[in-house]
Amino acid sequence: MALARKETNRVIARGETAGSIDDVVNQPIEFAPFKTPRWWWIGFTLALMGLGLYLASVVKLLVTGIGAFGNNIPTAWGFFIINFVWWIGIGHAGTLISAALLLFRQPWRTSINRAAEAMTIFAVVCAGLYPILHIGRQWLFYWLAPYPNTYGLFPQFRSPLDWDLFAISTYASVSVLFWYIGLIPDLATLRDRATSSFMRWFYGILCLGWNGSTKAWQRYQRAYLILAACSFPLVLSVHSTIALDFASSQVPGWNNTIMPPYFVAGAVFAGFAMVLILAIPLRKSFGLEKLITMRHLDNSAKLMLATGMIVVYGYCVELFMAWYSGNEFERYMAWNRMFGARDGWAFWALIFCNGIAIQPLWSKRVRQSTTWLFIISVIVSIGMWLERYVIVVVTLKTDFLPSSWGVFKPTIWDFSLYLGSFGLFFTLWFLFIRLLPSIATSEMKELAHHDAHHTSDYFEEARAEEFRKKGIVT
Amino acid sequence: MSENLSISEIRKKLSARQGPAYWRGLEELAQTNQFQEFLNEEFPRQSVPYENSLDRRDFMKLLGASLALAGLTSCVRPVQPNEKIVPYVKSPEEMIPGRPLHFATAITQGGYALGVIAESHQGRPTKLEGNPDHPASLGATDVTTQATVLTLYDPDRSQAISNKGAAKNWDEFTAALASSVGNGDGLAILTETVTSPTLARQLQEVLAKYPAATWHQYDAMHSDSALEGAKLAFGETVTTRHDFSQADVILSLGSDFLSEGPAKLRNTKDFSRKRKVREATDTMSRLYVLESTPTNTGMMADHRLTVRPSQLASVATMIAHEVGVEGIEGALPEGFDAHTAEVLVEDLKEHAGKSIVIAGEFESPYLHALAHAMNAALGNVGKTVFYHQSVEATPVNQLESLGTLVEGMNSGAVKTLLILGGNPVYTAPADLNFASSLEKVTSIHLSQYLDETSSLASWHVPQTHFLETWSDARAFDGTVSIMQPLISPFYGGKSEHEILAALLGDATASSYQIVQSTWQNSIEGDFDTFWQQTVYAGTIAGSTAANKTVSLKSLGQTETSEAGEFEVLFRHDPSLQDGRWANNGWLQEVPKPLTKLTWDNVALLAPKTAEELGVNNGNHLKLSVGEQSVTAPVWILPGQAEKTITVNLGFGREKAGRVGSDIGFNANLLRNSDHMWLGNIDVAKASGKTELASTQLHFAYEGTTERRHLIRHGTLADFQHEPEHPHFVHPVEHEKSDLYPDFPYNSYAWGMVIDMNVCTGCNACVTACQAENNIPVVGKKNVLVGREMHWIRIDTYYTELDNPEYYVQPVACMQCEKAPCEPVCPVGATLHDSEGLNVMVYNRCVGTRYCSNNCPYKVRRYNFLQYAELTSTMTEMSLAQNPDVTVRSRGVMEKCTYCTQRIQQAYIKSENEGRKVADGEVVTACQSACPAEAIVFGDINTEGSRVSESKKSKLNYALLEELNTVPRTTYIAKLRNPHPALAGEAEVH
Repeated sequence: MALARKETNRVIARGETAGSIDDVVNQPIEFAPFKTPRWWWIGFTLALMGLGLYLASVVKLLVTGIGAFGNNIPTAWGFFIINFVWWIGIGHAGTLISAALLLFRQPWRTSINRAAEAMTIFAVVCAGLYPILHIGRQWLFYWLAPYPNTYGLFPQFRSPLDWDLFAISTYASVSVLFWYIGLIPDLATLRDRATSSFMRWFYGILCLGWNGSTKAWQRYQRAYLILAACSFPLVLSVHSTIALDFASSQVPGWNNTIMPPYFVAGAVFAGFAMVLILAIPLRKSFGLEKLITMRHLDNSAKLMLATGMIVVYGYCVELFMAWYSGNEFERYMAWNRMFGARDGWAFWALIFCNGIAIQPLWSKRVRQSTTWLFIISVIVSIGMWLERYVIVVVTLKTDFLPSSWGVFKPTIWDFSLYLGSFGLFFTLWFLFIRLLPSIATSEMKELAHHDAHHTSDYFEEARAEEFRKKGIVT
Repeated sequence: MSENLSISEIRKKLSARQGPAYWRGLEELAQTNQFQEFLNEEFPRQSVPYENSLDRRDFMKLLGASLALAGLTSCVRPVQPNEKIVPYVKSPEEMIPGRPLHFATAITQGGYALGVIAESHQGRPTKLEGNPDHPASLGATDVTTQATVLTLYDPDRSQAISNKGAAKNWDEFTAALASSVGNGDGLAILTETVTSPTLARQLQEVLAKYPAATWHQYDAMHSDSALEGAKLAFGETVTTRHDFSQADVILSLGSDFLSEGPAKLRNTKDFSRKRKVREATDTMSRLYVLESTPTNTGMMADHRLTVRPSQLASVATMIAHEVGVEGIEGALPEGFDAHTAEVLVEDLKEHAGKSIVIAGEFESPYLHALAHAMNAALGNVGKTVFYHQSVEATPVNQLESLGTLVEGMNSGAVKTLLILGGNPVYTAPADLNFASSLEKVTSIHLSQYLDETSSLASWHVPQTHFLETWSDARAFDGTVSIMQPLISPFYGGKSEHEILAALLGDATASSYQIVQSTWQNSIEGDFDTFWQQTVYAGTIAGSTAANKTVSLKSLGQTETSEAGEFEVLFRHDPSLQDGRWANNGWLQEVPKPLTKLTWDNVALLAPKTAEELGVNNGNHLKLSVGEQSVTAPVWILPGQAEKTITVNLGFGREKAGRVGSDIGFNANLLRNSDHMWLGNIDVAKASGKTELASTQLHFAYEGTTERRHLIRHGTLADFQHEPEHPHFVHPVEHEKSDLYPDFPYNSYAWGMVIDMNVCTGCNACVTACQAENNIPVVGKKNVLVGREMHWIRIDTYYTELDNPEYYVQPVACMQCEKAPCEPVCPVGATLHDSEGLNVMVYNRCVGTRYCSNNCPYKVRRYNFLQYAELTSTMTEMSLAQNPDVTVRSRGVMEKCTYCTQRIQQAYIKSENEGRKVADGEVVTACQSACPAEAIVFGDINTEGSRVSESKKSKLNYALLEELNTVPRTTYIAKLRNPHPALAGEAEVH
């Protein structure tokens, strides 16, 4: 099989050179517009339609008000917050790959970090808009920010929502900076390879006059490391802050100290699922199998499995603590999540998606199958959405006073705004893969050089030998 | 970089050196500035830090430019348009802008007066309070009274006189009236119940002027049973008055005396005062209720016994026989516990002279007679039960009266019909077919709306609202009130007095003159003084009807009724009554007691019956009586008698207005003259389902609900057993703990106590709050998805399905001292003030709704859409708004404020007078409306204030106290007072 021969478990296929990397990564970008492959146009058109749906939903929201959506009392937070947490969680894998793995000197991060970072930014865009859209008077969202004004208005810093504002804005700005700094040498390559004057001008502006000098590389490396160091804690802090929206309230089912770590694990879990959902078609359609290798997919799957198990542990601890606390409200909440007549389905569905569906990942054969990985990743994404549904909606519906328990009926606009946010995400995604190198070529060249001259093969082969001896692989 | 290099310079440098000299390029050798720059750039670590800061001159330039730009902000077009403010040339008396005026007047319900004090802001009446000096009110109001202000401004009220749809003026109308009445031959007048001395005088004058004319009465709120019962028992039309403040044991035979009838508020006051318990030494009366459908009274019962309507007479007969009424014999129906009956009888006998037996307003005349006989046998007459001459001008059997009228219309004896109020086309029993009779005569209909009757009548005249006209009326005990208007007719209406005056030949007489002339003739002494005092006080002193001695006749035959498979009860809707308030959004949306339903009427079914029929809430049933049938959605109500269906009247209106038309089904279609209030009915399952908007999901009060200790309840005996630490009030001890010291509240500390022991769940507080605080109506669709806006709600719980106890708990913002809503608001829109109020700054709220999530009591309400009438749209409805309370816009959270505007008014007043706010000076809207006096508000820092005394009671507890929210609103636990011999059954912990 032609495809099978191309696949490798090395971090980069043998024999890749700087030139071959440049060619394979940059070719799709250098097409003349009319030569853009048809699948891109189809995908981009679909994404634009989704974006249209998104904008229509936003207009409806602004004109009619939040009442067009399913929110009510007691379920004052509905799809908006579910989607917000879901999207922001997705972003986390990108930051983890690009920052944390960089600092841990994991060479396998290199080929997927660019796409993952882009994913992070687009996910943060999708996520960050939700809290603004979900408030009642969207045009006053800036009142959450501490800015000088004559109203005597200042944020109330005890509110986790204000912490959110800082968490998300920090996250967004650091992620964008990190991503862009990483792009500069690659943009310069595109400028240098440009065949038209427009491209030269376009990428020339974007690469900020990169000249590849020692000074430039020296500053670049320094900045990249600093930003990586800045981003690393964000992997933990952003979603912890989001978790505090729930944990610092006193709603039974929210007021749990396990929330922050469990949210972070869930975020990385969902993020890797999304990385796989994006990377598998990307490498196939752009023929990047030699750069984004099975090794990358395999490692992502392992991380997904590990974080998934942490999340499942979180579920168990939540249920145990609800029982162990002896608190009637907590106990009933846990019972209702599992066996409530209206809502039990969501809990068991998420247990299936997040707990059971990932178990095949213990098998190397599954981890080596792009089809299985893709399917499992989609299931995990659905599962993580359901998890937030259970946390936000099912929990709010049944809190302290049974007289106030309610029902939650999402409207068509709840769904359209969610589907529309995919449009926003994929519009940005398709523009990204068409206009910017989706693999960090400069880093790949470094890796290729390293691979060729500093014999990472030695280690790889020694390890393979060891595995064969132990009978782990044949 | 290579330009500017001078070879000669290099040579000079080279020649100046001694020894070997290495260089990397000519530039280095030349040591040019450019080379230095390059070096610094290329190897930044060796270069000095960036030093190219702004120099002083540039800084000054920028500073100047910034200042100049800042000045530009003042260059805006004026947004405020030029307006002229013109002062009064002659200032109206007492009118101070911003300060409301209060006037005493009265509202009539079913013809009987309820004294009210109306609040007026610059000529706009916005709120009604009960008149404390009025015997039917004693300061309280009910749910409909509170909502009538909205009807005043209702733009759907008819606004012009019309003749078959064509607009006419008053002169044209009076001319037509005179010509069609002629010499009075064939003239009939149909009124509702008349207690008004002026209207009675006018009617007598009309009858004197036109001897051939006839006067008929039909009031849809009226039941003839009491009248016929009195005739049966005494042979005369006396009215019964009960004094519940003197009764130790009360037996209700299907009577909902706390929420039906002209004395309901007075009854509630008396009943509650007798049952208020703070100390273990306090006592309570004991209430036995026999009923077929749960009512507010049944909810309060210590022993509530469910019987089918057809069984009630035989149970009552048996009890009557046992307590000593002679000549009758009854047997207990199957399933009725004989022991309970024995105990009940013994209890009544033991409390002879201190008990009351009261028959239901809608039960048979026989049952009323039976109640009279029992009261006589028990020696209650003159102690707890009193009789007086009926206060109606002419008490008649109204159903017969209407029947005679219809006969006359059909036979041609009646040619001209003048209908003063009411809506008989909609409310008359179906068999009379009033609509078709109406088309045979020339008819004139006076009514507030162009309703079903108006649209069939030849002439329609818009009727004034009671706040628009002078009139008078009697209360249940005969006390007369002069009703004064607060506003001139908003939509150009005419009062019934003016129409009758026109009939008498004076088309220009005003209601004022007409009412005055009634009293000018009957008052001795100075009329002006009398008038001033009466209008000011709202009642005419000494007009109470005198007690009358009556003698009981023999009851004769024991009456029994034949029961079909299914029985039906017709009841007024608790909010819309007979349908007259159908176009009032407040009343459509206020959740009905027990069912918590809004915007619909239903067929109430017992759980067992629903099971047998295989129907669930919302499923349709076909209800038929003879030829007539309606399709009704089902609502399962615990405590309903089996095989008994209760339907509420007042819905299914076709021409109520934009709010009230085509909601629910018209139960009047099932009523015939022989069964106006109860009868047999055929029931069949029908297809279809209605989504019913209930504001509360319904669960049995057991399992988790009970373990949450929301409703603390016990018996009076329990309390007496543990007077110091009643276990049922504090089932679990909670340690108060906090990291931080408590905030010291040194001045006022506002607090509230809600006495669950006397709350009847009547909803008066809900509508009062709505009127006071400009709370918008959201409509059925929004109630269905859980967006109702009421700041105070009545939580209702049942203990079981078949024979439940009911618990009601009014819940509004608890004003927690440690309010969980406050720390989560990112913009500081909800804050604490120094007196312990949890305040909302609407302008600051951006609407994150986090506060609502974190509120364990879920009392916060959110404007999901633009619900309120904004002043920018300036509709008539916006005139009903209280100017002291902000109208909230879309996207803003709101909640109970303890009527902070009222607190502010009290401040201003007390500070002007240099004193502290006195106890009882601030009365919240809910508190003032409450007929049970269940709500006490005041300063808990003041020793001896009513609220701080109430909080000292051992029965006082805080809802969800374990959350350490330290709520300022606390509850007095619910007590029941079951008979010791029956206590085992009543006690449900």
